[in-house]
Amino acid sequence: MDAFIHQFLAGLATGGIYASVALALVMIYQATHHVNFAQGELAMFCTYLAWSLINAGFGYWSAFLITVMLAFVLGVLIERVIVRPVENSPVLAVVVVFIALLVIFNSIAGWIYSYTIKTFPSPFPAEPFFGNKYMSSHEIGSIGVTLVVLLLLYAFFRYTPLGLAMRAAAQNPASAKLVGIRVGWMLALGWGLAAAIGAVAGMMVAPVVFLDPNMMGGILLYAFAAALVGGVDSPGGAVFGGFLVGVLENLLGAFVIGNELKLAVALVLIVGVLVVKPTGFFGKVHVSRV
Amino acid sequence: MKRSFVPVALVIAAALAASPALAQKKYDTGATDTEIKIGNINPYSGPASAYGAIGKAIGAYFKKINDEGGINGRKINFITYDDGYSPPKAVEMARRLVEQDEVLFIFQSLGTPSNSAIHKYMNAKKVPQLFVATGATKWNDPANNPWTMGWQPNYQTEGTIYAQQILKSAPNAKIGILYQNDDYGKDVLAGFKNGLGAKSGMIVKEVTYEVTDPTVDSQIVQLQSAGADTFINITTPKFAAMAIRKAYDSGWKPTHYLNNVGAAVGSVLVPAGLDKSAGLISTRYLKDPTDKSFANDPAIVEWTAFMKKYYADGNLLDANPFYGWAVAQTMVQVLKQCGDNLTRENVMKQAASLKDFALAALLPGIKINTSATDFAPIESMQLIKFDGKQWVGFGDIMGK
Amino acid sequence: MSRRVLIVLAVVLLAACALPLVVSNYRVFQFTMVLVYAIALLGLNLLTGYNGQISLGHGAFYAIGAYCAAILMDKFGVPYWATLPAAGAVCFVVGFLFGLPALRLEGLYLALATFALGVSMPQLLKYHLIEKWTGGVQGIVIVKPDPPFGLRLSPDQWLYYFTLAVMILMFVLAWNLLRGRVGRALIAIRDQHVAAEAMGVNSALYKTLAFGVSAMYTGIAGALGAIAIQFVAPDSFNIFLSITFLVGVVIGGLASISGAIYGALFIQFVPNFADEISKAAPWAIFGVFLLAFVYVMPFGVAGAIRMLLARLARKAQNDSGTAGMATNSAAGAKTPGSSNATG
Repeated sequence: MDAFIHQFLAGLATGGIYASVALALVMIYQATHHVNFAQGELAMFCTYLAWSLINAGFGYWSAFLITVMLAFVLGVLIERVIVRPVENSPVLAVVVVFIALLVIFNSIAGWIYSYTIKTFPSPFPAEPFFGNKYMSSHEIGSIGVTLVVLLLLYAFFRYTPLGLAMRAAAQNPASAKLVGIRVGWMLALGWGLAAAIGAVAGMMVAPVVFLDPNMMGGILLYAFAAALVGGVDSPGGAVFGGFLVGVLENLLGAFVIGNELKLAVALVLIVGVLVVKPTGFFGKVHVSRV
Repeated sequence: MKRSFVPVALVIAAALAASPALAQKKYDTGATDTEIKIGNINPYSGPASAYGAIGKAIGAYFKKINDEGGINGRKINFITYDDGYSPPKAVEMARRLVEQDEVLFIFQSLGTPSNSAIHKYMNAKKVPQLFVATGATKWNDPANNPWTMGWQPNYQTEGTIYAQQILKSAPNAKIGILYQNDDYGKDVLAGFKNGLGAKSGMIVKEVTYEVTDPTVDSQIVQLQSAGADTFINITTPKFAAMAIRKAYDSGWKPTHYLNNVGAAVGSVLVPAGLDKSAGLISTRYLKDPTDKSFANDPAIVEWTAFMKKYYADGNLLDANPFYGWAVAQTMVQVLKQCGDNLTRENVMKQAASLKDFALAALLPGIKINTSATDFAPIESMQLIKFDGKQWVGFGDIMGK
Repeated sequence: MSRRVLIVLAVVLLAACALPLVVSNYRVFQFTMVLVYAIALLGLNLLTGYNGQISLGHGAFYAIGAYCAAILMDKFGVPYWATLPAAGAVCFVVGFLFGLPALRLEGLYLALATFALGVSMPQLLKYHLIEKWTGGVQGIVIVKPDPPFGLRLSPDQWLYYFTLAVMILMFVLAWNLLRGRVGRALIAIRDQHVAAEAMGVNSALYKTLAFGVSAMYTGIAGALGAIAIQFVAPDSFNIFLSITFLVGVVIGGLASISGAIYGALFIQFVPNFADEISKAAPWAIFGVFLLAFVYVMPFGVAGAIRMLLARLARKAQNDSGTAGMATNSAAGAKTPGSSNATG
């Protein structure tokens, strides 16, 4: 029983990692209706920027805030300069653009920072809460941060005019233009916010998995799965999906199938869930008129 | 004239002691009066890109040799390609080096899968595949693959050393093992199980991980829950750091054996936490440049000066460039022994004629030895224990 | 096909046959890999370009084909040419079976499911229960076949001609398939699947068949690739391979048979070229190339050629003042249906 609880809580901890990256994926999807494969690498790159700032003497929180702002600007720039030219191209051409961004960021990070792992500080105390043996205070803290970001995102999309305008721009650009929404800037804003969320995710993840250019590679599949299993247009679903994937991965790996088939099990799970609920647990079912 | 010739001739003869050819120059493709072309394949991108620093350090060292006049008057032309740790790419690059760039031999190609992929090709083409950068046991096979030779102590030797140590110090241990699910991990595991022999029932749990896994926390919890009190940790640096940290944080605190690949102080123990690493047991054969206790060691001082001059953007807190430096020196020694006979056959012959060759980078007592039946240059390692600040040697040098 | 197209094809074929006789063995090997990738990309294009089902996991079918060939040759002594139909058959079945649950998935979700397939394949190949056959992490080494009938060719040259012959056969089969009813059904499903169903096209059957045939093509390519490289190991077939295939299809040109060749040339040679430009960050250079190609030719190389030829033909038509000349043209478009590819 103790082993089960331990695995469950460890799963929640890893699930928190997936949830935070999944939030960034959902953000970009809600704003642009594209899944940005480069989100992980962008987050990793921004985390390196934070690392450079901290090394240059900035305190943790100032580095954090500066990085989030830099990430926002970077996201906007990428949308305006790199994604804008392929706006009207086939979807797969846009996917190739994302893949290009992925390799570019990964390669540049490796070139500038080398491939040795670096430590990234955590704002949370080093001692585990209540001396517990299951989750470090950073792991609990970063789940808290993810939930806060989730709430902010939810409130933004649901209750602010800007959030509404963004959703409209993504769902129906033509009509949105007709009612006066600057669709172009909505997309850029969406990218900026997604990059900012990604940077936060990166800074929460790095203390756990250590900072190196390939840090996000393994996480991306699970984050992708979490976002889709939870429903790609639902931020809450993404977070739920993240925890679900983390816990299931641990429990199945430890008690059912062994670590050697974990990825294959993830595959079967994903296909299984999607066959039963093709738009994920909390996704909206899209009805299209013929 | 004749009188001054004799001492000079004696000196030359001594330097060429193992070489049969004397004044005659013999070349194969890739060697000329002025140049020796050496090929190399390294993962500069992809999942193993951390090891790209080795290729860069080797290139830097050869540049230093060239600046100092080359070897026997010939400059080294070092051609290195990226294979991204992908076997098909390694095959393509090997063919390019041999058939298009026409190198004399390939040196320090990295990674067991990549080397396995080109193994047959190199032996069929009769081109040396020298001092490969992997510890797999199969490179020591002069009877069937006379053109391939390893360098570092092989993984099975290391695994066996840990097993022997456990049998000696804790014969009733309950052993849990974490290993990387690839050839390197399985090789160390095989050596460990061989070492335990009949007592392999001491192993209560074995778990694996992939390099694409984000963390190994779940695996550590599994080992802890299985009741193991001894932990064999067969992981690469990033995962080693995570495993050390989690084993401590979850209150497990087993007798912790950490494999050599993941034991560098600067790149593994510091991220994991020095306090959490106290009590770790490992082996080593090279000095550790990231370990402060070696700061004044002449080898480290020399290496640091070399890095600052020739590989300035290299990472001084990384053991990989140090390894590259050491193996490059071995290569230079072999080439020196070749003298003017730069045929591929002679290169292999000289590589198989290293007798008690000492490198400053190696721990005292560990020497390089090869022969026509022994294609394993380094076969000994020393057990070391971490005291919270540095690795301290204990026991005898084990292995051969 | 018009006479002009046939002449161009004949010239290209002649050049392809002459190639191994004038370049070194190493280059012949590289071009053999180009042919192998072309078959793999054609397979993916059948599914993604013509039928609109995104696959981010085709590396898995390539892997299955490669392992089929390796196991048959190494463990059962099957001659190399006989492994191709076997690999094709196995992959067809696997692809078809995967296509069944994929029927329920659209766009993004299908991409994720195929992505998971691609990611999990290396781990599956390492699984210890099948280690006896797959060689586990050590992989399997294959012997390169010698030219038959005592032909005075090197093994590399023979393998090139063999691969070329297989490729031509597969391309002709695909062309035949696509310009008939099946091709029209696939494209109809891609563009307007509701209307297609309403017109009586059995969408489910065609979609799963598309998966099966697509997997078959890529599997045969995998078998040929294994024979050329002479080695298979689980880590050769990771997710990056699948992503490379997708990139190749898009750069080459979706819904285009010739696009497979352009894409194959791209994925074989551009990384090497990028490596020569910058040793420090070669993949960043590769990424820049990708961006450049996508900006300049969003419909791929084949698409760009098609548009160029159409423009030239229109110009010629305007100049000469004759109506009724064929404006749909030539080497770039051996395909029926639209040139628009929506994913």
